[in-house]
Amino acid sequence: MNVQIPALLILVPFTAAPLCVLFRHAVASWVIAFCANFFSFFAACVVLSHVRSEGVIRYKVGGWMAPAGIEYYIDTLNAAVLVLVSGISLIVLVYSYHTTKKEVSLSKHHLFYAAWLMCLTGLMGIAITGDAFNVFVFLEVSSLATYMLISFGKDRRALTATFRYLIMGSVGASFILIGIGFLYAATGTLNMIDLAERIPDSESQRAVLVAFSFICIGVMIKAAIFPLHAWLPNAYTYAPTAVTAFLSGTATKVSLYVLLRFFFSIFGFEFSFGQMLLTGVLLPAAIVGFLLMSLVAVFQTDLRRMLAYSSVAQLGYIVAGIALASQAGLTAGIVHIVNHALVKSALFMSVGCIIYQIGHAHRPSFDNLFKRMPFTCIAFIISGFGLIGVPLTVGFISKFALIEASLEQNYWWLAVLILVSSLMALVYVARVAEVMLFRKSRQETPESSGMSEAPMSMLVPMYLLIAIGLYFGINGSATLSLAGEAASQLLSGFTMELSQQ
Amino acid sequence: MEATVANVLLTFLAVTAVGIIMLRDLLAAVILLGAYSLIAAGAFVVMDAVDVAFTEAAVGSGISTILFLGALSFTRHDQKPRPNHSWMALFLAVAAGGLLIYGTLDMPYYGSATSAAQTNPGLAVRFLEESGSEVGPPNIVTSVLASYRGYDTLGETMVVFAAGIAVLSILGLKRRRPGENAPLDAPGDKTTTLVVNSSADDGSIASPNEMKRYPRQRHRVLQVVTKLVIPFVLMFGLYVQFHGDYGPGGGFQAGVIFASGFILYGLIFGLQKTRAIMPPSALRILMCLGLLLYCGTGLLTMVLGGNLLDYNVLAHDALHGQHWGIFTVELGVGITVTGVMISLFYNFASKRSL
Repeated sequence: MNVQIPALLILVPFTAAPLCVLFRHAVASWVIAFCANFFSFFAACVVLSHVRSEGVIRYKVGGWMAPAGIEYYIDTLNAAVLVLVSGISLIVLVYSYHTTKKEVSLSKHHLFYAAWLMCLTGLMGIAITGDAFNVFVFLEVSSLATYMLISFGKDRRALTATFRYLIMGSVGASFILIGIGFLYAATGTLNMIDLAERIPDSESQRAVLVAFSFICIGVMIKAAIFPLHAWLPNAYTYAPTAVTAFLSGTATKVSLYVLLRFFFSIFGFEFSFGQMLLTGVLLPAAIVGFLLMSLVAVFQTDLRRMLAYSSVAQLGYIVAGIALASQAGLTAGIVHIVNHALVKSALFMSVGCIIYQIGHAHRPSFDNLFKRMPFTCIAFIISGFGLIGVPLTVGFISKFALIEASLEQNYWWLAVLILVSSLMALVYVARVAEVMLFRKSRQETPESSGMSEAPMSMLVPMYLLIAIGLYFGINGSATLSLAGEAASQLLSGFTMELSQQ
Repeated sequence: MEATVANVLLTFLAVTAVGIIMLRDLLAAVILLGAYSLIAAGAFVVMDAVDVAFTEAAVGSGISTILFLGALSFTRHDQKPRPNHSWMALFLAVAAGGLLIYGTLDMPYYGSATSAAQTNPGLAVRFLEESGSEVGPPNIVTSVLASYRGYDTLGETMVVFAAGIAVLSILGLKRRRPGENAPLDAPGDKTTTLVVNSSADDGSIASPNEMKRYPRQRHRVLQVVTKLVIPFVLMFGLYVQFHGDYGPGGGFQAGVIFASGFILYGLIFGLQKTRAIMPPSALRILMCLGLLLYCGTGLLTMVLGGNLLDYNVLAHDALHGQHWGIFTVELGVGITVTGVMISLFYNFASKRSL
């Protein structure tokens, strides 16, 4: 592997964003975005295979040794997040070619794709770095780009949704910044490895405690963990369809990565879960989150809003796994980060196809949809199975791992609650499937009888994502071993040995 | 003495903040916000953080006040009275504030030489003792900002760029068509007009009605003074840009100052004339070019065999390389910031006033 690949992974999409704005051409900007994203995905795959075979990568940005300069620190967990983010972005970007044409005015396409690239750069920049302040900088890049992407929504309500997210997101980002500031005051450093070493010996333990609380709340807002999720449903409902599919698979997942990195690697497992009783905060939030949000999802009639609430519920499973704070629980959490990203992006893509053809996602008026859009409906139902956790889908793998992890600690009630919440998922997916498949159209209009499927450029990426999901559903050991490796690395803290400079 | 000045300034800051919260008139709140930033800048000067003070003064009390006024020109002056007091919000704010105060209790004293931040051999000590021989510029802030943590600054430049194109995408640069310039201030409608209308500014005598609508119309004094001041503003912007190695300053501040020259012109002579000098398409190109200059430096360092943004490889010896690297990177920041700031002003000003 060329030593510069980690840097190029970030710099290529970074450079492509201003190029899109400079050329100001709709198709050209899509092509630029696609090429840059393709390169990033390729580079991320190279990095992942390198990390798994030869160990952690540390890259000195600017050539400065770590605590003085900024460094990249890439272990299995970040490498996997990088592949996940760039991969989902790439697939959805192909899909977005048609939806964007329909939803965004042609004169703004270059801005749209520039925002997309900036969002991608920001998310990958958060994932790759080994510097706490650098996390904040790229968090800002990705947040601003995300606000912008959501505001492109066709519905006027997209603007209020953006504004709400802007306020909540800014509060979250400022809390993270305050936390990092306190950490700097307490330790005099910003490098993650250095922080991990210095925090236990710091004389200002109160400042560390305050930093911990602020970062905890800030990240919980950004990741839309249950009581702090209020921005998410509207943002996902009114954003352009491709953007929803992109964000649902990447943005909250990267925030969860930040949570893992701070709590396990920087503050350390014993500090976060022993002294700070993080399990006591996260586990109840997670449980109430997945029960209540699944219940709310059952009663939604707008498909995108339903899936948005379901996202909050699914994030609850991930957090529950993390809160168990064991090797098995952490593995389940990490594997569900990947699996949920695959499933939810595919679901939002199928809803996007429906919106593309019908113009809305209002469930009660889906009658006879199966005859008109059979491929889309099948895609929705297969992905819906993944959401419920039917065997042979990825959802089964992660739920099985999660239940195993909770039984390992004798939390049998947690396992029961997870099953109850899965039943609710079954209800809300089945309600949609029922309307799609079985309800006859009330009036047989000529245009509703023929088949009007979404264009191939939307169906192919969607089915590609579903195929990947099915592959990992059947071959569950692939993702589970990856997640297990990441979990054991997290529990053992930063590794010092270098595979390269 | 220094502590007294700091305390007085911080008290002012608190009083101003309370004032901003209590005020119902948004225009007054915006002006107070400008004052708040200026006081904050003063406090930063007392704390010897001149670069930060400079930015705060230029951005906080300068540009953002104008942008706030621009945003107000879209809407009404007075805040809507809200009948229900949100006790929950008050509780959360007090809790967060209390937590912050609690966190400061065992922090090192103000200016303590033995604090963790001052004594870390990897960072503060190294910057103070080694940066002269490793990077070069006497202004250590510039060394840290552009070289040691140049990658952070790259990200920050993208944040500025993102803000610029976000406003561009939401507000858009639409030209008013001649037919639809009716909804200027209706009588009694308390809206702010940001830019003086200068369509009748060809020496012809404006009607009394117009005089009332555009009270600054006849302000020849303002126009003359502006014309006299602008060259100095632009000159100062260039000075700040290129003197950042030696004194406080650098790309961010210079970009803002340079842009404020154009904005001042726009405020007094109208958008149309400003657009003739600096068309929006030129701004778009400037924004991109600045960022590309920064990325390009990064790519060049990698092509020449170094790591990303390792300026040592740019010239035959390391210090020269650092010098060139910092110079181009700061220039990139300055260009992007200039473009974005003027573009923000255009977007906010173009809706109502011309």
